[in-house]
Amino acid sequence: MDTKMTGFRIFSNIVLILLSLSCLIPFILLITSSLSSETSLIRYGYSLFPKEWSTKAYEFLWLRRVMLLRGYGITILITTVGTVISLLITSMLSYSISRKNFPFAKAISFIVFFTMLFNGGLVPTYLVYTQIIGIKNTLFGLLIPGLLMNGFNVLIMKSFFKENIPDEIIESASIDGANQFRIFFQIVIPLSYPILATIGLLVAVGYWNDWYNGFIYLTDTSLYNIQSILNRMLSDIRFIATNPVGGSLSAAITANMPSVSIRMAIAVIAAFPLVIVYAFFQKYFVKGITIGAVKG
Amino acid sequence: MEQRISPANNADLKADKHVSKVNKTRKRSRFKTYWPYVVMCIPGLAYLFINNYMPIAGLTIAFRNIDYSIGIFNSPWCGFDNFRFLFSTSDAAIITRNTLCYNIFFIFLNTICAVAVAIMLNEIKNKAMLRIYQSSVLLPHLISMVVVAYLVYAALAVDTGFINKSILEPLGFKGIDWYTEPKYWPFILPLVNLWKNIGFLCVIYFAAIIGISNDYFEAAVLDGASKWQQIIHITLPLIKPTVITMVLLAIGRIFYSDFGLFYQVPLDSGMLYSTTNVIDTYVYRALIKIGDIGMASAAGFFQSIVGFALVMISNLVVRKIDPDKALF
Repeated sequence: MDTKMTGFRIFSNIVLILLSLSCLIPFILLITSSLSSETSLIRYGYSLFPKEWSTKAYEFLWLRRVMLLRGYGITILITTVGTVISLLITSMLSYSISRKNFPFAKAISFIVFFTMLFNGGLVPTYLVYTQIIGIKNTLFGLLIPGLLMNGFNVLIMKSFFKENIPDEIIESASIDGANQFRIFFQIVIPLSYPILATIGLLVAVGYWNDWYNGFIYLTDTSLYNIQSILNRMLSDIRFIATNPVGGSLSAAITANMPSVSIRMAIAVIAAFPLVIVYAFFQKYFVKGITIGAVKG
Repeated sequence: MEQRISPANNADLKADKHVSKVNKTRKRSRFKTYWPYVVMCIPGLAYLFINNYMPIAGLTIAFRNIDYSIGIFNSPWCGFDNFRFLFSTSDAAIITRNTLCYNIFFIFLNTICAVAVAIMLNEIKNKAMLRIYQSSVLLPHLISMVVVAYLVYAALAVDTGFINKSILEPLGFKGIDWYTEPKYWPFILPLVNLWKNIGFLCVIYFAAIIGISNDYFEAAVLDGASKWQQIIHITLPLIKPTVITMVLLAIGRIFYSDFGLFYQVPLDSGMLYSTTNVIDTYVYRALIKIGDIGMASAAGFFQSIVGFALVMISNLVVRKIDPDKALF
């Protein structure tokens, strides 16, 4: 492979450097702004090179740590439980419909597939979940609607099982006396770690980033996950001070709240765990997207 | 068909009976082998029933005059009244226009930019650099739209925003009141959307380009083809199926929009509705904020049905072009 710098290669490098910077600079702006003093922000605005550094915003957030940690706790809980349940029900369903000797496989595949073509939209979904299932203002409101399983993941997993788990393995195991459930959990699952990891990552990121369910199904702010807190503060920056979770603040502290820098500090707090995870596991993220795309 | 009773036929009948008996027992014994599959399907199917099929059945509320006091599914039918109300407002035309125009613009902009960047990525032979570029452009894809809204706010805030304070004012211009001026948003939203999605599309197109055999390029180089000619005559034609599929999939979703992009990024600013209101945000506001369930369900029904028709049509076209890429 040639490695000399042709004109087009230099041009590509320049464009890609600019593009990469344009993707990274907003995040840097976020960090530097959150570390600026309130007075310099009011005079010079959010800037990449603050005139005056300050950690006041983070000190204020530290006062609200009970509320923020609670939000993180809920995010972590929902992400973990949701991802585990999602992988379980998705893999069981996809495995069944990937088997040739299951007579309903075709019909069930269609039931799954149809959900990708047609959906009821927000109004009926909201009414079903609030009026019939009754998950408004419960943690199930964050866990169940929309995110738990989707037809797309089922079909990706189904094709993985079809290609990678030959019927012969299943047959020989059942001749040896293992029942179907044992076969599934002790043979099929260990053989499927790559696809489980990929789908699991996509599902986990979906839960981690989800603000929509909290937005629609929660009005009780004590159940807010971190994205819901962030979302609420977008329209009401004082929410960080007025939310009763974690005790109330004295009027003096609330009045002196550095609200301009807090706006950015809270976004840093909410966004950075995922950015750091991404930095270490980016290979898997890229793989997840490519797998989705091959099928899509 | 006429059946003549003859000894031979009789024997056939007997044989048939026997066969059906065998079939029955075989069916029963086969059920013994596949019932675990049925059990394993149940949780997933139950979820789809609640999350997808009950709402589909619930679409019929668009034809009811909803009265919470007697229950949603007991409310009286009202024919097309909700639709008549919806389409008599000017909102219906605005949200349909916005949804369609933005999506068409997104498809053009995203596809052209993502293909161009993917081609450039393919030019980078230094593994470390390639990885840095790829992970940088993919980063925006992984953060939530709410965080994006904060980033956009840092850039556009009237009195503290980066663009007003660090770019426009030092250059001697007056700061712009971005969140109250609808005319800028048809440019801001496509840019934000491009920024958020280009990494994702790039990864897909880049994978398609990597899949092209190197022999083509080597042969072209021997024949003296320039870089530009290689792109026009080899790369683009060979990734065309992927591009067409992605575009058609996007066309199938042309009646839907990213709720977060149109609701969070403009900070739900009422002054901007003329250029930021789309069907999804309209339905949300009608349902949750105003509580006008009739309008919300009528707009939602309209979206579901037209959306479904568009998915079917675009899939039909995909199947014509490249049957392997069709959804069904």
